[in-house]
Formats: sequence, C-alpha cells, structure tokens
Amino acid sequence: METYYTPDDLPKFEQIGKDAPELAKKFFDYYQAVFSEGELTEREKALIALAVAHAVQCPYCIDAYTQTCLEKGSNPAEMTEAVHVAVAIRGGGISGPRGSNAKYY
Amino acid sequence: MRPELANREPTTSREERLSIPTFYQTLLKHRLKLVKDAVSTLQINVGLLCNQSCRHCHLEAGAGRSEIMSARTMDQVFALARTGDFKTIDITGGAPEMHPQIDDFNERLTPHAPRMILRSNLTALARKGPSLMTLLKDNAVIITASLPSLNEVQSETVRGGGTFLSGIATLKKLNRLGYGQPESGLELNLVSNPAGAFLPPPQAGLEKRFHTVLAQKYGIAFNNLFSFANVPLGRYRRWLIQSNNFDAYINKLAAAFNPCTVPGLMCRTMLSVSWDGYLYDCDFNQAAGLPLENHPSHISAMTPPIPAGRSIAAGYHCYTCTAGSGFT
Repeated sequence: METYYTPDDLPKFEQIGKDAPELAKKFFDYYQAVFSEGELTEREKALIALAVAHAVQCPYCIDAYTQTCLEKGSNPAEMTEAVHVAVAIRGGGISGPRGSNAKYY
Repeated sequence: MRPELANREPTTSREERLSIPTFYQTLLKHRLKLVKDAVSTLQINVGLLCNQSCRHCHLEAGAGRSEIMSARTMDQVFALARTGDFKTIDITGGAPEMHPQIDDFNERLTPHAPRMILRSNLTALARKGPSLMTLLKDNAVIITASLPSLNEVQSETVRGGGTFLSGIATLKKLNRLGYGQPESGLELNLVSNPAGAFLPPPQAGLEKRFHTVLAQKYGIAFNNLFSFANVPLGRYRRWLIQSNNFDAYINKLAAAFNPCTVPGLMCRTMLSVSWDGYLYDCDFNQAAGLPLENHPSHISAMTPPIPAGRSIAAGYHCYTCTAGSGFT
C-alpha cells in the first residue's frame, strides 16, 4: 500500500545532505554534539528525544529513539514514563487555553 | 552431520539474500586473519537440559532437552583438563546445575586450572539447594550468572515468569556466602543480554548502573558485569525471524564490525567441548554446527596442545562478537 511513512526509509535519513551537503554537515555535526555525553548522559538524552519524538509525532524518530533508548540501557518502564511527560505537557498545552477562556462564560 | 543439526535451516540463506558479506570477506577487507592463539580456556557444555527456555538461547536449551554429557565423556574431558595446561575451565549448559554429576565433576576439575567458572541462570542453582553453593564456595569457583535486565518485566520477557525475583533471591544467598563481597576471593559476575532485537549498551556504564541499582534496591553486590549482544542462532534466530526483526538485526551487527575486536576474540584462546564430546572453537560455533577446523573431531581423539596458527571456523554469527566494543 502507498504510504508517506515506510520503515525502509529510515536508514536513508542522511540523504537529506544530497542537495545541500554543507548545511547537512553542519546539521549532523550539531546533532551528534547534542546527543553526546555532557551534563546529561547519552541515556538521559535519548529518553528526552523519545518524549519529544512522541510530541512531534514523527514515526521515524519514535522508531529510532525506541531502539536507541534500549541500546543505552533504558527499560520500557522508564521509556513509558518519559512519553507520559510528553503526554502531560501536550495535555496541559491543550487544557490551558480552556482555563484562560473562562472569561467568556 | 550430527542428527540434531540435520533439520536446521542453513544459517546462511537469509544473510546471502540480504547481500551481507561473509565474515571471511570482511576479515579480508580489513587484512585480518582469524587464527588460534595458545589455547588457555577449556569450555565444557555439560548438556542442553535447562529449567528455563530463554528466548535468546542460541543452543535452544530447555526442560525438554535430554542431551547431557555421559560419564564416559566426562572422564575424557577430565583427562584432557589434566594434561592440557588450561588457565580457565568454564562449565556451561543448558543449566549445568541440572547435570546429576555436576558436584563431582566440579570437584575433579578444580585442581586442574587456576580459574574455574560455573555459568548459572540462578534459578537452577536455587533449585539445586545449598550443597552445590557450598561446594562452589569451598573450591572458590567463579560464578557467572545471567541477569538480562534490572527491570523485572524486561528480564522475564526473555527468561520466563518468576525468574527475576528468584534470581535476586539467589544472588542474596550467594552474597551471604561471601560471593561478590570485597576481599572474600569469591568472584560473582553477572551477564546482561538485551531483552529484544537491539544491541547492548556500553558495558562500563551499564555495569555502574547495575552496581548502583542492585545495591540500593536489593542490597546485592557483585564483581563484574559482562554485557553481550545476542547471537542470531537457535531460538533467538527464530524469534528474530518471527518478529520480523532479523534483517535489521543482522544488518546492524555487520555494520557495527569493529576490526579492533578481532585480536581479542574468545575463540582464539578457547576450546569448546559439546555435551557429546565434539570439539569447537566456541559455544556459538557449537550452536551453528561449525566444528573445529570445519570437520567433526571428538575429544577421544584429541591430543593437546592445539597448535597456534590454525584457522578458526566462522559464520555470519561471528559478527555478534565483533560488533561495537565486541565480545571477547
């Protein structure tokens, strides 16, 4: 079936550099630096990425960071909690305006 | 061909379809050779009988497997151990604790190597009762125990219900005997395997976490953690295929080939004996049915030492030991 998202396309991500290699290099260097160990561990950063991936609803990112989280030593319970953080923030983002619009009634 | 290998899917067909280079081709590309060094470890698989049927078991051990080492083969192993000048003797299975002669076998072998290792899934050791634990302690046998994950659900996905807390209880008992405690001289090591179709985290970081979590949550101490990737053979291979994870997994292993791991691979210094006395370069070659030097040789016809420089039998599964920081 034709679809916008196919798992086989995930490994082709680096092809985004084909038409703008210099910009792609800057992006990939930055990306790698962001996910390297710093004040936060690589494991913690992968959990944040998993939560953000769910918030932005990117299937490729969800797939990639599910695998990365597991390979950095996180377990499904930790990963589920991370996703719930995204759910709570998204939920708050949806509920907040409802509260502030109470002035109309 | 040995009868239990006759009905297996050839372990190359899928890899060939995926155009994965053979392990030899990859070695050649990196100008590397995989040859025997001086053999220092004798690994003995005393049988495929096990109280668990772990999803990642490359040997497909389980309660339904009746293959265990005979007394005659044990005598032949003992004769080899006595003359072979091995630094390490490593007893594995299945669950070696379930072999009826395991106590006697341990006692007999202990004087013939400075390091004696028993691999345990912990639950079989608990079933065996305190006598074996005491014997292992008295002979300062190193216990290398399987604990796939710190998470109960994740661990039991691989090993089956009830295994996690039973394992934790056994680790506590071993700690009480002195295992894993500083200055006791009783070494307790843990092995963690990924609970799915992914590679293990870097060992150093994972070991730190295991130390912290096991100490804080359960008051458990241990010496070292070894973190290994699962080998796409046997039951694990079948699960990868059934769950549609095989292609991505084998591609990932091959892509993660690290030439720096080759000099330290365990197959270079190991002689692995199967339950029926046949000889292999390692436990994984046993599972793959790749005998020493690619032709079946039996311990009864073996005269040590194995000369250094002999080529080592290899297959696609060897990518498991060379992925990332490797399995040495």
